[in-house]
Amino acid sequence: MLGDKIATRDSYGNALVELGKEHDNLIVLDADLAAATKTGIFKKAFPDRHIDCGIAEANMAGIAAGMSTCGYVPFMSSFAMFAAGRAFEQVRNSICYPHLNVKIGATHAGISVGEDGATHQCNEDISLMRTIPGMVVINPCDDVEARAAVRAAYEYEGPCYLRFGRLAVPVINDEASYKFEIGKGVELRKGKDITIIATGLCVSESLAAAQRLSADGIDAQVINIHTIKPIDETLVVEAAKATGRIFTVEEHSIIGGLGSAVAEVLSEQCPTRLTRLGVKDTFGESGPALELLHKYELDAEGIYRQIKENL
Amino acid sequence: MDMLSLKKTANEIRKGIVTSVHSAKSGHPGGSLSAADIFTYLYFEEMNVDPANPKDENRDRFVLSKGHTAPGYYSALALKGFFPKEELKNLRHVGAMLQGHPDMKHIPGVDMSSGSLGQGLSTAVGMALAAKMGGKSYRTYCLCGDGEIQEGQIWEAAMFAGHRKLDNLLVIVDNNNLQIDGTVEDVCSPYPLDEKFKAFNFHVITINGNDFNEIDKAFKEAKETKGMPTAIIANTVKGKGVSFMENQAGWHGKATNEKEYTQAMEELGKAGDALC
Repeated sequence: MLGDKIATRDSYGNALVELGKEHDNLIVLDADLAAATKTGIFKKAFPDRHIDCGIAEANMAGIAAGMSTCGYVPFMSSFAMFAAGRAFEQVRNSICYPHLNVKIGATHAGISVGEDGATHQCNEDISLMRTIPGMVVINPCDDVEARAAVRAAYEYEGPCYLRFGRLAVPVINDEASYKFEIGKGVELRKGKDITIIATGLCVSESLAAAQRLSADGIDAQVINIHTIKPIDETLVVEAAKATGRIFTVEEHSIIGGLGSAVAEVLSEQCPTRLTRLGVKDTFGESGPALELLHKYELDAEGIYRQIKENL
Repeated sequence: MDMLSLKKTANEIRKGIVTSVHSAKSGHPGGSLSAADIFTYLYFEEMNVDPANPKDENRDRFVLSKGHTAPGYYSALALKGFFPKEELKNLRHVGAMLQGHPDMKHIPGVDMSSGSLGQGLSTAVGMALAAKMGGKSYRTYCLCGDGEIQEGQIWEAAMFAGHRKLDNLLVIVDNNNLQIDGTVEDVCSPYPLDEKFKAFNFHVITINGNDFNEIDKAFKEAKETKGMPTAIIANTVKGKGVSFMENQAGWHGKATNEKEYTQAMEELGKAGDALC
């Protein structure tokens, strides 16, 4: 429901169960993190179709690849750090080079992992995954979008990286009217002065930041880019032409993620001043998630302040 | 296929290896030649595959985890009829079907892309697990290198296969004792191989991997082994069949010059004649 707070990792687990009821060929692999990635929900519903690979993500990626050649649609699940980081080369060579129909459900992305700290806070996964030829990269912003994304990933034929968070975040999309399409950005707020392009949990924070800017007389357009690859070039260019000033906001390094993807589009098609908000070439640290988002200026207040400073 | 026919076929596969690597002016003859007898047995005796229907869902699967020995694999596939033998001469050429390492998207008969060492066994384990889950009777075969198994992922996969009792999986280790930088035992010894695989809950059979009688016996034993996967430690001679390549680490990844090519083909020609 609108306004509820739900972590997108929960959305992942719940969506897998829903899809599992519809499709016998959907299987789920995990690497000893079923309780955290929420694939445990699927395991309870379909114990025979949940494969715990133990703490061996590289092997899990290979098993998923092999099983996909035999008609299964595997969702391999781990923390973003291990799915995209540890198993990067297996994802590249065993899954993506043959363009196999494997889905990667990566939870605990970004600094909102919280107390576990830098070793587990992956701010590089979008960057890593979007460089691989043929890989689709999706970073949903709330429960409604996350569940829709899992369904779209199943229906898409080919490798797909899905990024989920640990922290409960507000539901901002109305399930009854929401339509998800891979590669299509969503304009959530109209505005004529600047454009904020956000992804993941930064979308709701950006909407709140736009409200504050509005009080200062700044009319901000807010665009949700749930699919980082393929990115919605048309929408990005249209926004650049309309407002002439772009800010990107992501819970990810400003190197290689949404900000870089938008910069690539703009510099080639519509050179426009761009400021990238995100994790600034640094590791994270331990602390409660909300306090970290505040410290790294990725909550509404931090986004508002950084936009004001850079206008 | 009788033993003599297997030997003749292996000799033809060796000619294909030497010719394709020579045409490419690069590639890996040494480990292709050591495993030529295993490729032969797999494709001409053991596996249930049909070149006319290479994607048959009930076919046996093969993963060449030591993917750099693609010339051996490709020669076997070509001889079996998956694609014309003439393709072997295009190996590694720009735009050619036969990539330097196996490419399942473009090469008929290749069940998995491979080549980055250590990754193939996991994919084979996935295929074997898929058979178990789907109630299918096909078997999955995976050829690893003795140097390759220095990769940790091999042992992740072995642990899982043993844990899941995947008796429809057969791992063959081409134990030619040579890798790029020297002998396997000098570089970073993985020995004892048999004890290692036993410790990972495999049934282990050690054989001379260049002897069809021993290969035949071992593969039959593997098929009859239930409740655990089998590993065949195939002791082989790197470069087998070409005198100047035998037991030479330098021939791991090198193509012949014209003189060497002529000599190699003469030797293989004579070996073939001797079988007639």
